[in-house]
Amino acid sequence: MSDFFNKSDLTRQDADKIVSETLNNCDDGELYLEQSKSESILLDDNKIKSSNYSSDLGFGFRAISNEVVAYSYSNEISKDSLKNSSENLKSTLKSIKGTYNHEIPKSNKKFYKDINPIEQKTLDSKLEVLNKVNDFLRKKDGSVRQVTASFAGEQKSIEIIRSGGEALTDVRPLIRFNVSVMLEKNGRKETGVYGIGGRQSYDDYLKNDNWKNVCEEAFRIASVNLESKPAPAGEMKVVLGPGWPAILIHEAIGHGLEGDFNRKKTSAFHDLMGEKVASEGVTIIDDGTIDNRRGSLTIDDEGTPTERTVLIENGILKNFMQDRHNARLMNTRSTGSGRRENYRHIVLPRMRNTMMLSGNQTQDEMIKSVDKGIFAVSFGGGQVDITSGKFVFNCTEAYEINNGKIGSPIKGATLIGDGPSILKEVSMVGNDMMLDPGIGTCGKAGQGVPVGVAQPSILIDKMTVGGTKL
Amino acid sequence: MVKDQEFLKSKASYCLDLAKKMGATDASVTVGHSISETVNFRNKSLEASDRSDGLALSIETYLGKRRSSISSSNLLDENIKTLIEKCFETTKITPEDEFNSLPDKNLLAKQISSLNLYDETRFENDKKIKYLKDLEESASTDNQIINTESSFTENKSNFILANSDGFCDGYKTSSFAASCVTVAKDENSMERDYEFSSKRHLSDIKQAIDLGNKAAKQTIRKLSPKKIGSEKISIIFDKRISKGMLSAFASAISASAIARGTSFLKDKIDQQVFANSINVIDKPDIVKGMGSQNFDSEGVNSNTLQLIENGILKNYLVDTYNGKKLNLKSNGRSGGTTNLYFEKGNISYEDLLKKNSRSLYITETIGHGSNLVTGDYSVGATGFLVEDGEFKYPVNEITIAGNFKDMFKNILLANDLEFEYSVNSPTMMIEGMTVAGK
Repeated sequence: MSDFFNKSDLTRQDADKIVSETLNNCDDGELYLEQSKSESILLDDNKIKSSNYSSDLGFGFRAISNEVVAYSYSNEISKDSLKNSSENLKSTLKSIKGTYNHEIPKSNKKFYKDINPIEQKTLDSKLEVLNKVNDFLRKKDGSVRQVTASFAGEQKSIEIIRSGGEALTDVRPLIRFNVSVMLEKNGRKETGVYGIGGRQSYDDYLKNDNWKNVCEEAFRIASVNLESKPAPAGEMKVVLGPGWPAILIHEAIGHGLEGDFNRKKTSAFHDLMGEKVASEGVTIIDDGTIDNRRGSLTIDDEGTPTERTVLIENGILKNFMQDRHNARLMNTRSTGSGRRENYRHIVLPRMRNTMMLSGNQTQDEMIKSVDKGIFAVSFGGGQVDITSGKFVFNCTEAYEINNGKIGSPIKGATLIGDGPSILKEVSMVGNDMMLDPGIGTCGKAGQGVPVGVAQPSILIDKMTVGGTKL
Repeated sequence: MVKDQEFLKSKASYCLDLAKKMGATDASVTVGHSISETVNFRNKSLEASDRSDGLALSIETYLGKRRSSISSSNLLDENIKTLIEKCFETTKITPEDEFNSLPDKNLLAKQISSLNLYDETRFENDKKIKYLKDLEESASTDNQIINTESSFTENKSNFILANSDGFCDGYKTSSFAASCVTVAKDENSMERDYEFSSKRHLSDIKQAIDLGNKAAKQTIRKLSPKKIGSEKISIIFDKRISKGMLSAFASAISASAIARGTSFLKDKIDQQVFANSINVIDKPDIVKGMGSQNFDSEGVNSNTLQLIENGILKNYLVDTYNGKKLNLKSNGRSGGTTNLYFEKGNISYEDLLKKNSRSLYITETIGHGSNLVTGDYSVGATGFLVEDGEFKYPVNEITIAGNFKDMFKNILLANDLEFEYSVNSPTMMIEGMTVAGK
């Protein structure tokens, strides 16, 4: 736990006083203090290319009245600096008065341990794993031309001080291990990437030589792509594999169900609450409470305990994801979804672990039912236009389906669809729900936050595949 | 006030002295300070204000050919000392890499000329509010516009880059940026579009009224889009999209991608990679330029580079480390391109629209569909169907796909180049791409 006041002329009592006095006439707000320590170690091109350690400390002071949010941050924790911020907030909100809402739910549950993953594994042993990855892959096959492997670790300690002196704290570990391999065969080059991670120590993810499985998977994806043919272009049936392909759910549905876009009525979903937005059998939740997952949080960045929020239940739209600000303006409660990248940024309603739950069909049944379509197993990234509802994602491993059988691998192609209608095109939901391996970062308004996704195999009756073959 | 040169220099030399004292053979340090203030508006009233004040420090220490780095936002001497100790301890156990070194001394920038990158004008928040009021007023005159969001950001920055070979320099920069996002709705659809202006000097920012008008106009014309069939069709890229082709090209010719062998343009120096009418230039010394710099992120002098001459690839973007690997001298592009642009073409915008009886005009792409290893390109797109030079109807929920190797050779540029951003392109037409739709 960080003590934010021991090396500063600012005492906790001073901070409490300034916070209470600033937020007295506001509807909400808090002082958010953050200290993060992070490292990244990269092996590339047969060498340890970089090892970087970073430490960051700062505060963000927020005051909200009515619809107006005033925010000021600094990385100098001192009495002067906090007073300056306070003046800044007061000048923005001078003519707008509010009534401070002191209520904030409490919970004793924790979803990860107070560890510092950086300190739990020596630099030497991290370098050793990276070198083993390099040797393993380069010896594995003569077609290997490039290997990149990396560790990224972080410990973030936060403290939230609310008006009246209430303080809420959290310590958040996060690690990621990543391998990328490039192969060359007959003049063609293709890459495969795979990674794992979450809110535990490095060794929890690397035990039993698990790094080898990560290498094998990256190698397998690259090998498949070496044999790939141009992808088809046009509307067709699409079978999505379980796990990481759930970024479709994240892009197509998730962003559109975030509170801010719906309060502002700029989301294609804003007038669909209680309506049928998906096929029967489709249930989607956003869950911050799964132990040690990348998208899990004990409390969100406003201090609200996270929860399991049902977004769509059996096809019907049930809830939006809310932070305190949007919840207050929409007369509802926060779902513990208020998140920020760090103290430099304002809080926005964001996803945590977004999951489609299992149904009772098998992947096999789905493939067999398709005359002409594609089977998408792995994805790069995705993006959505919240307002029109159109979303895309990029396949990194996909196959043709012809007459109920999986055919040749196809080149990376973008798939495009319409968020509010895509889930009505889901005609089969598999019994094989899987979590992603712990690698997702979601971007919104220039802020990246770690997230998770999960889904079973699903069959979508109609989507546009953006290949080159007509 | 943004911290002055003296303060940043004293921090930088404190770091270098300490690193040397601990036994580092070389070191380099960057210290920066940045203050920015943003005001956000929504539907003609104040929505948020945001003030940020940030210091940043990054240090690299060398022990012969061993190197590691640290960064921090905490500039207290005591914290710096702890971090440099940690950095140097890490350096000791990091394996040697023969290409690690500070830049060659004779390539370092000697004297820096004023590029007029700093405007000390303070645009008080009250003035920002007035600007945004005018902007949103003009953006919401049409009743199909149901939401407007806009913001004005003012930023002042200063930095010092210093290394143990005696380089120590830096300068102030400023930027002012206004943007507007509008949402329009009709009985069939809801659409969003935007317009923005970003400049070094306040007086160069677009008029609020023009910005608002343009955003609204661009949004309304997207209403009631249609999906078109899958076909091969000539594609016209609006300027705001065509500059993205340059960014993809720049990533593919970075010395890092070339040295690692992960670029489709590896080993293509002196070969034809674009249509022979195409010239691409990177010019660091444009006065008030958004991408202008006196030296790169290592202190290396940067001169104007002709990257593509009559379609032929002439230069990579070279930094010290990857340059040594490729046996090339750094050309001051550690940190990438500066002001990158296509020289303008010969045909007018109107004639480009009329060139084919039917073409697709793209105003926005979504997704990360560029694969720089293979050159494959596939993204989601929105735009307009153009027939005989006329915009017929808006189009969405389609993808466009091709391969950069073919696309670059089929580029035709209009003569409407303007220097608005750090990457600039005229309107562009590419033949032979595939559209996937219905």
